[in-house]
Amino acid sequence: MLVYLLKRITHALPVAFGVSVVCFLLVHIAPGDPLTSVLPPDASAQLQAEMRRIYGFDRPLPVQYGLWAMKALQGDLGTSIATGRPVATELGKAIGNTLMLAVLATLIGFILGSLFGFVAGYFRGSWIDKLASFISIIGVSVPHYWLGMVLVIIFSVQLNWLPATGAGPGGSDAWRWDWAHIRHLILPAVTMSVIPMGIVARTVRALVADILSQEFVSGLRAKGLLDFGVFRHVVKNAAPTALAVMGLQLGYLLGGSILIETVFSWPGTGFLLGQAIFQRDLPLLQGTILVLALFFVTLNMIVDIVQAMLDPRVQRA
Amino acid sequence: MSTAMSTMMSTAMSEPLVDMRDVTVRFGGARPVHAVNGIDLRLNAGETLSILGESGSGKSVTLKTLLRILPEQRTAIGGTIRIAGVDVTALSGRALADHRGGVVSMIFQDPMLALDPVYTIGEQIAETVVRHEGVSRAEGMARALEMLTRVRIPSPERRLKSYPHEMSGGMRQRAMIALALVCRPKLLLADEPTTALDATVQIQILLLLRELQREFGMGMIFVTHDIGVAVEISDRVAVMYAGQFVETGAVRDIIRDPKHPYTRGLLAANLHGAHKGARLDAIPGAPPALDALPDGCPFAPRCPIAEAQCSEGLPPARVFGPQRQVRCLKA
Repeated sequence: MLVYLLKRITHALPVAFGVSVVCFLLVHIAPGDPLTSVLPPDASAQLQAEMRRIYGFDRPLPVQYGLWAMKALQGDLGTSIATGRPVATELGKAIGNTLMLAVLATLIGFILGSLFGFVAGYFRGSWIDKLASFISIIGVSVPHYWLGMVLVIIFSVQLNWLPATGAGPGGSDAWRWDWAHIRHLILPAVTMSVIPMGIVARTVRALVADILSQEFVSGLRAKGLLDFGVFRHVVKNAAPTALAVMGLQLGYLLGGSILIETVFSWPGTGFLLGQAIFQRDLPLLQGTILVLALFFVTLNMIVDIVQAMLDPRVQRA
Repeated sequence: MSTAMSTMMSTAMSEPLVDMRDVTVRFGGARPVHAVNGIDLRLNAGETLSILGESGSGKSVTLKTLLRILPEQRTAIGGTIRIAGVDVTALSGRALADHRGGVVSMIFQDPMLALDPVYTIGEQIAETVVRHEGVSRAEGMARALEMLTRVRIPSPERRLKSYPHEMSGGMRQRAMIALALVCRPKLLLADEPTTALDATVQIQILLLLRELQREFGMGMIFVTHDIGVAVEISDRVAVMYAGQFVETGAVRDIIRDPKHPYTRGLLAANLHGAHKGARLDAIPGAPPALDALPDGCPFAPRCPIAEAQCSEGLPPARVFGPQRQVRCLKA
């Protein structure tokens, strides 16, 4: 197990390096000059050159990357061009908010999704299966920003039960686990949970159906196990794959929540990323993408390790 | 008291362990499949019967019927089946689960497929003991270890913690046998347990099974398509074709004097004793489709000695001695 752990971590390092290079290059390949959004349109050529020198945009790309990567390793992701605050500080707050939202959404989605998936797979072909499949297909295919707006219309505008936007009193700086704040989390989390729910439900349904068709299930019944005993075996067989899917979904939600965070003005990384793009705030954009990508790499690694702990066959592969 | 005792003894003696009468198994659907078509079978404790036949003849279905693990909704079982005095067709719920693995146990053809890949061998055996005897998990593990030692698995303490994929084919089948026998079933069903194994390992497993069967005094029904295996392990043989026993009898009698043309064909198609270069006598044609059985003898279309009357009606079982029956008009 320890060998596998070390091996898996060693594998993650070159991936992380590659990711950082791609992050850096992507932003630089994109057309447009980062300084145009900060400088007045009539700034002199001399001023532009001066600013470019200050931000380091006049150096060759490999040198820029080297400097950026060196600093990033020390936790310094540069200064936001738009706000003048350190990128790391901005990101830190946003990551906390997104993490909270994504973890909650994934949990809701995973619990509901596994439930629907299990029921559907166990009673395949019955009306319960059809209902569960219907719900999961809706979950996968409905545009979630649209769903978000519909939920806002129902629960905020019509019923006035929950707030439509923001992170509660005091904004993102004053988060506390009390009802005044948590009620702001509910709508975005529920909206977001629909995606992992649909995907997890479909995966688990297929998994359970596949496991039930395997001969060892006959073997379990042949030795006299009752339904609950068989169920236990099916769960343990399905768990590694279901968890892997959940981990990947969490990864997607951590990075891919721009739309939902924008709909609900939730001050997370997606919201931050959207701002950075529109303001052409290069350091902020680079830093955010890098951190999100590294999140994904780390998460994949954790998922693999957990999978190896649950399924003895994985370590050999 | 002695009278009561002797009455009990005599009923126990007179009733065979397995008593199947005119058992039919049909799988429903748009075209119902007649997998088993009226078999009669009696087996005493301590006796071994081999069911011999080719693929699709209904051998495995017969075993699964005895264990009652065919899918409930799609299967219709006819006739009567009594095992150890209990009407097996009437079992349901908890009583059925007690029957499976407690009274009757099964060894599957491929233990790699029949064992759960993500539980250790020890856990899987212990779970069975816990289920049937209500003992603690630790006690179950102790019984598992004892059983693994019994089937002579090398370093059983270590194998207790092994997963199926970490063991060799022969060892897996030994583990499967340990699992099947841990609750001391009265009847052991073996569904081609040596087919997936190397030839050398096959013999070891056969010897082990025969030894354990004698030691535990179980009845055993052994399904195979290998006549050599049937001769090695069993007292009696039932030759199965299209869901019927076309010939039953003591091993010796059937080998020496096969009466049904299908049995003769099977014996002739055997590789044992064949000369190099000589053509094997394969039976021409294929078994009938089980969703459209002919009215007459199902073997008639392939039979070298069939006559017009063979296709007119099902040949009755003709008795040729105490345990010898043949379903052929020309035998």
